[in-house]
Amino acid sequence: MIVASQLSKRYPGGYEALADVSFEISAGQMVFITGHSGAGKTTLVKLIASIERPSGGSLVVNGQNLSALRRSALPYVRRHFGMVFQDQKLLFDRSALDNVLLPLQIVGFSRREAIRRAQAALDKVGLLSREKANPVALSGGEQQRLAIARAVVNRPTVLIADEPTGNLDSESATQVLEIFAEFHRVGVTVVVATHDQSWVDRYHPNVLRLDHGRLV
Amino acid sequence: MQAWFSQHRAALGSALRRLGASPLNTLLSLLVIGIALTLPGFGYVILDNLRDLGQSASGVQQISVFMQLEAGKKDVGEIESRLRQTASGKWRFVPKEEALKRMQASEGMAEIVASLPRNPLPDAFIVEPTNTDPQALEVLKKELSSWPKVAHVQLDSAWVKRFDAFLKLGKLALTLLAGLFAAGLVAVTFTTIRLQVMAQAAEIEVARMIGATDAFIRRPFYYFGALQGALGGLLAAGLVIGGLRLLAGPVADLAVLYGGSFALRVPAALEIGVLTSAGALLGWLGAQLSVSLSLRKFDHA
Repeated sequence: MIVASQLSKRYPGGYEALADVSFEISAGQMVFITGHSGAGKTTLVKLIASIERPSGGSLVVNGQNLSALRRSALPYVRRHFGMVFQDQKLLFDRSALDNVLLPLQIVGFSRREAIRRAQAALDKVGLLSREKANPVALSGGEQQRLAIARAVVNRPTVLIADEPTGNLDSESATQVLEIFAEFHRVGVTVVVATHDQSWVDRYHPNVLRLDHGRLV
Repeated sequence: MQAWFSQHRAALGSALRRLGASPLNTLLSLLVIGIALTLPGFGYVILDNLRDLGQSASGVQQISVFMQLEAGKKDVGEIESRLRQTASGKWRFVPKEEALKRMQASEGMAEIVASLPRNPLPDAFIVEPTNTDPQALEVLKKELSSWPKVAHVQLDSAWVKRFDAFLKLGKLALTLLAGLFAAGLVAVTFTTIRLQVMAQAAEIEVARMIGATDAFIRRPFYYFGALQGALGGLLAAGLVIGGLRLLAGPVADLAVLYGGSFALRVPAALEIGVLTSAGALLGWLGAQLSVSLSLRKFDHA
């Protein structure tokens, strides 16, 4: 489903974030990308989610070579992924419901259907009762769950999260990872970047370990 | 197709919400756009009214055809026949006796006329052509001059030419003014949209990363620019109509003093539509330029 071959990413200025990375993730797998800070986890996650493009090698997702895609085709590819960002990237000028509605508006759902789906997603992460709350009024754990609701509302085939437990206490982090595990159990491919080895020990996922931009 | 409609409806709603979100800013922007469109709009209507005035002013388009003194009834009949065939518009014959009577009726002329041994005035025709274009009038004058027993053809062409030149100059000045104000309108929209893009940077960035196309991101800004321009155009039309209403009374009084009547013409629905559409088009153009430049920084991939 996701096949990376000699993948590399060099940023302007010459910094090489990833070099010669090859791996394969099958549909329905739960994969953790681990490594120390600066190992290239976020870069790899952004490449998989087609937010950034590789400098070399190839990355094939669902049969599509992302490296060869035209720029105008990228938005449609991104819709196959549900992305939970390291800093959540919630919009604080609108309600929790409106945050979750955004991906549905992008796809073009009618308002009524979009609201129905957004409420279902909020319900799944236990935030339906807070749908009218502004994200700023939510706790860290709730914000992260809201970010997950936004990521899954379009029913993506791949759910990708970048350090989803980074700023959470142990209890909230467990809740968040349980949600990912639940999606994995129903067949969604889950890719989680984390520096926390304890989660690996607990969920026994497939692991891609990065060190200084290389797979080890 | 339903998704397309849904996205356009959402974009329009978003643009309307943005317009309503900061009423004072919106009002000030509309005032700037409205005034920028009012000046050329008002100028156009005034020039149009002047053109109407020029066409309706009596005497301006008249051509006087004076016969030779020895011309007889047969010659007059020949000219009448030719006028019937060629001249488009009205014409009338002024016999030399009628002309003399009018001259006698003029103040201080009775004694002078009485002292004359014979009537010095010729028979004449007053022609009022339908086509009042200065060049057409010149051609007609030349043709009339070539007819038999015609001594002199008089056309107040200098006045007509001056008036026409003035209208042309006015038109050119108005075009330049309209161009300048159009650029101003584009600049106002450009700045407004740029500020909005900066204020919504977070939303744009997130939307891009979760699959929004360029069109999805740009659409609300285009609607905003076009709506703002259209509302500015409507405001301009209102200001032009208001200004003309204020002027209507004094202009009518002035026309009476000159022995005529003249009513200022206010813009028709079509002209209001054109002004509104021009505003919308310029607003859209400003938005297009602004969004194209402002969104470059969001291009990661």
